[in-house]
Amino acid sequence: MGGLIKSSVAKKFAMALSGLFLVLFLAQHFTINLTSVIAPDVFNELSHFMGTNFLVQAILQPVLIFGVVFHFIMGFVLEIHNRKARAVNYVNYNGSANSSWMSRNMIYSGAVILAFLALHFYDFWVPELIHKYVQSHPEDPARYYTETVAKFESPVRTGLYVISFIFLMLHLLHGFASSFQSVGWNNKYSKGIQGFTKAYAIIIPLGFIFIALYHYINNL
Amino acid sequence: MKLTLKIWRQENANVKGKMVTYPIDGIEGDMSFLEMLDVLNEELINKGDQPVEFDHDCREGICGACSLQINGEPHGPDKLVTTCQLHMRSFKDGDTIVIEPFRAKAFPVVKDLIVDRGSFDRIQQAGGYVSVNTSGNTIDANSIPVNKHDADDSFAAATCIGCGACVAACKNASAMLFTSAKVSQYALLPQGQVEATERVQNMVRQMDIEGFGNCSNTGACEIECPKGISLENIARMNREYMSATSKG
Repeated sequence: MGGLIKSSVAKKFAMALSGLFLVLFLAQHFTINLTSVIAPDVFNELSHFMGTNFLVQAILQPVLIFGVVFHFIMGFVLEIHNRKARAVNYVNYNGSANSSWMSRNMIYSGAVILAFLALHFYDFWVPELIHKYVQSHPEDPARYYTETVAKFESPVRTGLYVISFIFLMLHLLHGFASSFQSVGWNNKYSKGIQGFTKAYAIIIPLGFIFIALYHYINNL
Repeated sequence: MKLTLKIWRQENANVKGKMVTYPIDGIEGDMSFLEMLDVLNEELINKGDQPVEFDHDCREGICGACSLQINGEPHGPDKLVTTCQLHMRSFKDGDTIVIEPFRAKAFPVVKDLIVDRGSFDRIQQAGGYVSVNTSGNTIDANSIPVNKHDADDSFAAATCIGCGACVAACKNASAMLFTSAKVSQYALLPQGQVEATERVQNMVRQMDIEGFGNCSNTGACEIECPKGISLENIARMNREYMSATSKG
């Protein structure tokens, strides 16, 4: 077991599984957010369900937080190990000759997403915890839409969200497809999967950008 | 052809190295890259200077001895060739060419452009073999049926010459492509099944002990590999490793 934890292959396998889990979560998050544009009542209902359901709050939320924390810690652990593996750098290193910018800079796109998560938690998660557990307000199933839309009054916050989603796109463009390779999935279906992952990596962040800009413009 | 060469010079593993600039003239397009370095070394020896040390052996692109990071790429700008098969017609008159050793903690510099790639030998020794009974009852390999697709993939993996370009190209100095090729060439054949579980575990363990980095799936190794070893081998090794580990 000790060997498995130390193994580079097992670490990448675990990194890929946590990444795939976060990709799934992203799809769910996007679907709920999209309803804030299409049907605010449905958005309120879904948000209320997510915020009060025992299974979501007591099991899925801790699993999600573990997945996020694990992905980031493992990302930094791997990066430190990778840097040690080349003690002396090249004077001339032509990385663009054989690999994409996204694949070589996952740590930087990941760090931007981590910073975004801090802002996102400050914007939504912390106020939600205070609302529910500190101020102990009674349940109000209709409050979520108004609270969410109000966050996008600020052009600075909206701009930061848009920039973060662009980095999310860059991260997913390499990471989503790469996770299949790490778990050993490279076969005749890989081309199709790669196409799907690229489409997902572009469409989902663009969708998030659209939602943020939609609410910002509506607030004008 | 007139060129400016910027070459890494380092007396031995214990001293710091530096880039030294050498102008060179009279280079023909039909010369190989190593022949160009031979011309430079002749000039250096005639002047009483130390020649530039570099690895080479067959000069036919099959032994894996030659290395060199040339203008930021292992084996230079051409694809699917080793440095000995790179010709000077790939460069233009007046070009500056930067020549460095392959860089990795697991490939320490011995002198100038020569690095110690013994870490690859140790990975190979950890499991890159099949045990065959040679007591006189040895079964002819061709009498064991092998699926054509598997035989082709195994052969393709076995064409790895262990030059280390994959490590040199990888931003993490990862040896996954080399190790996975050596795992795959046996994993695909019936003769390799007996020791399959220990092989992948032992070879991955040795790879990690040597201090190579992790695979970020950038694909740089596959593109720079002079033998075109496929990334599919890395996926296969990952599968083999996780499957072997789950068996204990």
